[in-house]
Amino acid sequence: MSLFQNLPLPFLILSFITILCALYVVTSKNPIHSVLALILTFFSISAHYILLNAQFLAIVNLMVYAGAIMVLFLFVLMLLNLDKSSEPVKSNLWGISAAICAGLLLVIITASFQKAGLAVMKSSAVDIGLVKNLGRVLMTEYLVPFELTGILFISAMVGAVLLAKRDNKSEEITS
Amino acid sequence: MNTLSIILGLPLLGFIINGIFGSKIPKSLSGGIGTISVFLSFIFSIMAVPMFIENPEYTIKLDLFTFLSFDTFNLRVAFTLDRLSLWMTLIVTGIGTLIHVYSISYMKEDEGFYKFFAYLNFFIFNMLLLILGSNFIMLFFGWEGVGLCSYLLIGFWYKNAEYGKAARKAFIMNRIGDLGLLLGIFMIIQQFGTLEFTTVFEEINKGTVSVNTLNAIGILLFIGAMGKSAQIPLFTWLPDAMAGPTPVSALIHAATMVTAGIYLVIRCSALYVLSPIANEVIIWTGLSTAIVAALIGLKQNDIKKVLAYSTVSQLGFMFVALGCGAYTTALFHVTTHAFFKALLFLGAGSVIHGMHHEQDIRKMGGLKSKMPITYYTFLIGTLAITGFPFLSGFFSKDEILTIAFNHNIVVYILLVGSALLTGIYMFRLLFVTFYGEYRNQHYAFDKVHESPRLMTLPLMVLAVLSILGGLLNLPHYLQHEGGILQNWLKPIIGLTHSAQHEISFNTEMILVSIAVLVFVTALILTRMRYISRKHIPQEQTPYGVLGIISNKFYFDEIYDFVFVKPFETMSIWLQQVFELKIISKISYGIHDILRFFGGLNKKIQNGNIEYYLMFMVIGVLILLGFNFFN
Amino acid sequence: MLGIFQNIEISHYIYLSCVLFCIGLFGVLFRRNAIILLMCIELMLNSVNLLMAAFTEYMGDQNANGQMFVFFIMVVAAAEAAVGLAILVMVYRNTKKTDVSFLDSLKD
Repeated sequence: MSLFQNLPLPFLILSFITILCALYVVTSKNPIHSVLALILTFFSISAHYILLNAQFLAIVNLMVYAGAIMVLFLFVLMLLNLDKSSEPVKSNLWGISAAICAGLLLVIITASFQKAGLAVMKSSAVDIGLVKNLGRVLMTEYLVPFELTGILFISAMVGAVLLAKRDNKSEEITS
Repeated sequence: MNTLSIILGLPLLGFIINGIFGSKIPKSLSGGIGTISVFLSFIFSIMAVPMFIENPEYTIKLDLFTFLSFDTFNLRVAFTLDRLSLWMTLIVTGIGTLIHVYSISYMKEDEGFYKFFAYLNFFIFNMLLLILGSNFIMLFFGWEGVGLCSYLLIGFWYKNAEYGKAARKAFIMNRIGDLGLLLGIFMIIQQFGTLEFTTVFEEINKGTVSVNTLNAIGILLFIGAMGKSAQIPLFTWLPDAMAGPTPVSALIHAATMVTAGIYLVIRCSALYVLSPIANEVIIWTGLSTAIVAALIGLKQNDIKKVLAYSTVSQLGFMFVALGCGAYTTALFHVTTHAFFKALLFLGAGSVIHGMHHEQDIRKMGGLKSKMPITYYTFLIGTLAITGFPFLSGFFSKDEILTIAFNHNIVVYILLVGSALLTGIYMFRLLFVTFYGEYRNQHYAFDKVHESPRLMTLPLMVLAVLSILGGLLNLPHYLQHEGGILQNWLKPIIGLTHSAQHEISFNTEMILVSIAVLVFVTALILTRMRYISRKHIPQEQTPYGVLGIISNKFYFDEIYDFVFVKPFETMSIWLQQVFELKIISKISYGIHDILRFFGGLNKKIQNGNIEYYLMFMVIGVLILLGFNFFN
Repeated sequence: MLGIFQNIEISHYIYLSCVLFCIGLFGVLFRRNAIILLMCIELMLNSVNLLMAAFTEYMGDQNANGQMFVFFIMVVAAAEAAVGLAILVMVYRNTKKTDVSFLDSLKD
C-alpha cells in the first residue's frame, strides 16, 4: 500500500515525464504542440519498456508509433493547415464534468485494484523480450493472428487509399 | 350407430350442408335436404318407441366427452333419451317436418331460401339439444341456441329495421330470463356439486335439501322459463316476434321453443313437487298471463298477433297446470296445443299468402268461399282451441280446469273466465276473417286464391291430429287404466297428480258441462256480434277500459319508460360527460405526459458525439461501480 | 543492473497505467478537434500496452504472451490510425472543419 517508498529513481523520473507530457497533450491549445508532446510520451514509454525487459517492444514502439503514426498525424495536421486559431473552444462546465468522469474512473479502478489485492510476483527469465524469443513465440503460437494481421493491413491500406483519394469528378463539378 | 347421434346429427348435417352449399344448389334440393333431415330424425324417433314401450325404465344414452372438469365437478356433453324426451322429440321433429314441407312452398320466392332452411335445421338441432341433454348445461346450450335461432329467424328479412328491432327485443328479453336460469343452475352446482339430472334428482328425492333452497332454485329456474315461454312480465317479445315469416311463428313461437320452459319444469318435477312457494308463484304468474293475454288478444287486428297472444295465454294455462303439480296434463296440453296452434298459424300463413301479404283482418272477410281448405282446417283448429267436445283441446283444457278446481276455487274461476275469453277472441278471428263481406280495397276478390298443395297438405295433417289428439290422454272417466300419456310418463314423474282419482264422477261431469257451457256461450256471443250484427272491428282506438286493452295494457310503453329510457339517458350522459370530459382527458393526459418524458429523452440523442462519448463513459462507470460495490 | 529494478512492484505500473488511461479518457471527452481526439485514443492504447508489458515481466511467463498482445495492439492501432485519418480528411473536405460537434446529422 505504500506507494512511494522503495521507488527507484529511474522509474520515478520516467513516470513523471510520461504523465507530464500526457497532460500537455490533452490540454494544449496548439495541435502541433500536442503531437510533439505525444511523441515525447512515446519516448518515455519506450524507456519504460526497456525497464520491463521488453527491449524489442521498446524499439518497435519508437519505430511504429513515434516514427510512423505520429508522423502521419503531423502530415495530416500540415495538410489541413490547422493552427492555434482554428481550435474550437469548449465551455468550462464541460471540462469540469469530463475531468470528474475521468477522475471517477481512476478512483474506481484503483479502488477495485486495492480491493482485489496483489498478485504474487515472480521474476522472469532475462531474455524474454529479445527478438529471438518473441520471434519464436510469434511464429509458433500466434501464427494465425499474424497472418490475419496481414489481411488487416491490406484492408486498412486499401480503405485508407480509397477514402482519401481525391475524387476528380466531384472536384470538376464544384470548381 | 347410436340412435341419438342420428337424431341429433341429421338436423345438424342439414344445417351445415344448407349453410355452406345452399346458395349453389337449386331451391328444391335445399328445401328437400332440410325437410328430409328432420323427417329422418322423426322416423328414427318413432323406431325407438317400441323399445320404450317394452321397458318403462329404458333409456338410450350418448356420452360424448367432458368439456370441463376440475376436482369433482364435471361438465359432460351427454344426452339421454328417456320417455319424456322421446315424447318431446316426436312433437318437435314431427311438427318440424310438417312446417318444413309448408315452408318449401311458402318461402318459394324468397332469395334467402337456403338460409331459411339452414336456420330451421339449426333450430331443430338446438331444440333437440335442449330436450335430449342429460344435464343442465346441455339444456342451457340448447336454450341459448334456440334463442339465437329465434333471433336469426325473426329478423330473417333483415333489410327491414323494424324486424331487426323485434328480433333484438326477443333475444334480450330471453336473456333477462336466462339470468334467472343461470342463477338457478349456480345454486344447483353449489348445493349438489353436479349438474347431471339423474344425480340431482336422486339427491332431491332423498330429502336432504332444505325447502328454502328448493323453493329458491325452483323460482329461479321458473324465471328462465318466464323469459323463454313468454309469461308476465317477459312476454312482450312474442307478439313482436310475429315479424318473422309465418312458418317461423308456427314452429318456434307456437309449438316448440316456447314450450322449452314447460319442459324445464316437467324435467325438474322432482324439485317442484317439494317446493310449494315456487308452485304458487308459477300458478299465479301463469294465471295472470292467461287472463291478460286473452284480454289483449280480444282487441288485436292482425291475424298473427291474435294468435301470438293466444299462445301466451295458453302457455299460462300450461303453467297453471304445472304449478298444481299436474305435469302429465301440462305435457298433454303442450302436445295438443302444438297441433292446433301450428295448424292455426299455418292457416294464417295460408290466408296471408292468398291475400297477397295482407295481415289485417279488418281488410279481409268472406274468404271461406275462396279458400275452402284453409277455412275448414282453420275452423277445426279454432274448435280445438276453444274446447269443442271431444276434440283434442277439449280434453286437455278440461283436465287443466279440473286440476285447478282441485287446487283452488279462485284459480278455477279465473281460468274459466280465461277459457271464455279464449273462445271469444278465437271465434272473433274466425268470423271476421272468413265470414261476411270482402272488405279489401286494394286487392280484387277474384285474385284471392287457395294455397298450393304443399301448403295445404300440412294443414290437413294437423287438422286430423287436432281432432284425434285427445286420444293421447283420455280422462279417467273414459279410459279406466288412465290415458296413454299418463301411463307413458309414470316412470319418470313419480307423483303424477291424477286429479281424476280424487274427484267424484259427479263433480267431474259438472266441470265438464261448465266447460261445454263456456264454449257455447263464447260461440253464441261472437256469432251475435260479428255475424248477425256484422260488426267490424273499429279503425280508431277507443278510450277507457277498452282503450287500455287495445293498447296492450301499455306494457311496452311502461317498459320503455322504466327501463329503456333511463338506460338511453344514462348512455348519452356517459358518452357526453364521462367519456368526453373525464376519460378522454385522462387518456390524453397520459398521452401528454408520456410525450413530455419522451421529449426529454429525445434530447439525449442530439447527434453530438461528445455527448455520446460522455454517456458511454458514464455507463462504464456505473457498471464498474455496481460491480465494485457488490 | 536488475538489482535496482527489483524494487519496482507491479502495483506501481498498474497505477501508472491507470493514470495514463484516465488522462487519455479526459482528453477524449474534452477535446473537440478530431485529430487530437484520435491522438488521445492512441494514448489510451499505449497505457494498456504498458500494462501488458508489465504483466509479462511480473508473471514469469516463458511465452511472453503479454508482449505478443502488445504487438497486436500496435498493429491494430496503426491500421486504425490510418483509416481514421483518412476518414477525417474526407470529412474535412466536405465540411471544411475538424470540429467533432458538427457531425450531428444522426440526430432526431
